[in-house]
Amino acid sequence: MTPTAAPDMLIPGVEDVVEDSARQHHGSDPAEDHTMVLNMGPQHPSTHGVLRLVLEIDGETVVSCAPDIGYLHTGIEKTCEAKFYQQVVPLTDRIDYLCPMTNNLTYCLAVEKLIGLEIPERAVYLRVLLNELTRIQSHLVWLGTHAMDIGALTVFLYCFREREEILRIFEAVAGQRMMTSYFRIGGLSMEPPIDFYKRVQNFLNIMPEKIREYENLLTGNPIWMGRLKGVGYLSPEDAIALGVTGPPLRASGVDWDLRRDMPFSGYEKFKFRVPVSNDGDVWARYTVRMEEMYESVKIAQQALDGIPEGPITADAPKIVLPGREQMKTQMESLIHHFKIVTEGFAVPAGQVYQAVESPRGEMGYYVVSDGTAKPYRVHMRNPSYATLQALETMCKGKLLADVVAVIGSIDIVLGEIDR
Amino acid sequence: MAEPLLTLEAVRENMPENAAVVALADLATKAKFDRNELTITVAAENIVPACQAVQSAGYNFFEDVTAVDWLPNEPRFVLAYHIVSHKLKERVRLAVEVSGDDPVVPSITGVWPSANFYEREIFDLFGIRFAGHPRLTRIMMPIDWEGHPLRKDYPVEGYR
Repeated sequence: MTPTAAPDMLIPGVEDVVEDSARQHHGSDPAEDHTMVLNMGPQHPSTHGVLRLVLEIDGETVVSCAPDIGYLHTGIEKTCEAKFYQQVVPLTDRIDYLCPMTNNLTYCLAVEKLIGLEIPERAVYLRVLLNELTRIQSHLVWLGTHAMDIGALTVFLYCFREREEILRIFEAVAGQRMMTSYFRIGGLSMEPPIDFYKRVQNFLNIMPEKIREYENLLTGNPIWMGRLKGVGYLSPEDAIALGVTGPPLRASGVDWDLRRDMPFSGYEKFKFRVPVSNDGDVWARYTVRMEEMYESVKIAQQALDGIPEGPITADAPKIVLPGREQMKTQMESLIHHFKIVTEGFAVPAGQVYQAVESPRGEMGYYVVSDGTAKPYRVHMRNPSYATLQALETMCKGKLLADVVAVIGSIDIVLGEIDR
Repeated sequence: MAEPLLTLEAVRENMPENAAVVALADLATKAKFDRNELTITVAAENIVPACQAVQSAGYNFFEDVTAVDWLPNEPRFVLAYHIVSHKLKERVRLAVEVSGDDPVVPSITGVWPSANFYEREIFDLFGIRFAGHPRLTRIMMPIDWEGHPLRKDYPVEGYR
C-alpha cells in the first residue's frame, strides 16, 4: 500500500508525517516513493503504555519515526493549581506510576526549598532508603518487560517475584502498594512498622544474588546479545543535544548522575559508584541499569544501617500535621490541625526548580508560589518526555524489529510523558 | 542558605565570577539570586543569543522550559528556561517576559534540539508561539481542541 493510495483511510497526522519525511529524505513526492507508513500503537504490547508511533518504512528499514503522544494527558499540572500544597502529593504518584516515591520526594524537596524547611536526619535516611528501593523495583519492571519484548518470557516472572516483595514493603510503610503518597512536606506521613527494618534487611540480603540470577538468564544468551548489541546507537553529543538523561545518557558515555554531581536529600553522605558505558547501544543501557541495581542495594544498605533515632517530621507546627495524641490532648495542636486541614499553609512567594535522579533520568519539579496556600504553577520535567525525542535518532536507518528493542531500552513511562 | 540578591547590580557585585553572569553581561535586563538559584532575565528577542552565550560558557545541557501565566499582569507570560552545566555542576534559569496579546518567542531548537517537545507543549497548553520551530503543532491535547488549558482564564473543570 502506498500512503497516498487511500488518503481517507489514513489516521489524522499521518499525511503530514509522510510529506515531511519525503521532503527531508528524498526530496520527492511520496507517491513516487516505495515507502509505506505503519501505525504502531497506541495499543501495542511493547509500547509500554499508550504510545503511538507513526513509522515510515522502506522494506524493513525505518525511514522516519514520529511519536504521537497525549493519550494519557489528564491535566495534572492544571489540577495542582487548584489544590493545597499538601494535596498535590497524591497527584505526583500518578505521574510516573513506577516510581511514586521519587515523585513524592522531588515535589516535597521543591516545596521544602520554597519554605526553607529543614527536615530531620531520620526522615532523610528513610527517604533515601525508600527512593533506592523504588529505583530497584522500577528497574525490575523495565528488565521484565524489556526481556519479554525481545522474547525472553521467563525473566518477567523472576523480576516480578522480587518486585512483589518491594511492593509489600511499600504497603507496610504506606498502606498502599503503588500509589504510596508516603512523603509529606516536612518529613514522612508516619513511622514505619517495627518489622520494616528486618524485612528490608532480608530483602537486601537476597537481592544481589537475584540480580546475578537475571544476569545468568540473559547476559550470555546468544539471542539476547544478538538482539541488543550494536542496536539503537546514540552518540554522547546526540544524547546531550536531545535532552536524554539517566541510564541512557550514562550508557552513551556521559558521566552524569545528579545523586553524585548535584546531591539532594542527603545523597552526599552515601558512597556509591556511577556505572558508565561508552557503547551507546541497547546493550550498554542494559548493563548500566543492571549495575545500577547493585549500587542501589549498596545505598539502601548504607541508609538502613545509618538511620538515626529521632522525629520523622520537621518541627514546624504550622506546616506539619500534629500527631493524633497531641491533637486530641493539646488545644494548640488542635487549632494547628484544623487550620492546616481547612486552609492549608501559605508558602512564601518565589520559584524553585528541584531536580532528582529518578530511575529514568532527571526528574525536575518547577514550583512557583504567589504567597498563598495553593501553588501558582507546578511543572514537571520528566525524563521520559525528553528521552522520547531521541527515539527517531536511534531508530532511523535500522530494522523495524529493532524499534521494539529500542523502546524497551529507553524505559519510558507514558504516564509521565503525558501527565 | 545564602542571602538572596534581588537586583542585577547586587548579583553582578556579589557573583562576579559566575560563568552565566559573565556570559550574559550585555544581555541581562534583570537578575535574581534566591534560594540558591540564579535567575537571569533577558529580552524575548535575545533568547537565542543568550542561550548560545551560556552554552559556550559551559552550560551544555538544556533541561526544561515552561511558562507561567501571570494574568492580569502585563507582560502576561514568563518563560523559564533551565540549563545545567555538567562541568561546573551549576544551573541557571533564563527568564523571558512575553506580552499577552500575540505572544511570540524565537525558538531555541537551533541551539538545543531537545527544546522541541517542550516548546510544542507550551504552544499547546499556553498558546505561545515559537518562531522558527520545525513543527509547531499540539502535542498533549487533540488537534481540534479549542483553547489553551494552562492559561489562568481557562477553568480547571474545562468549558462545559
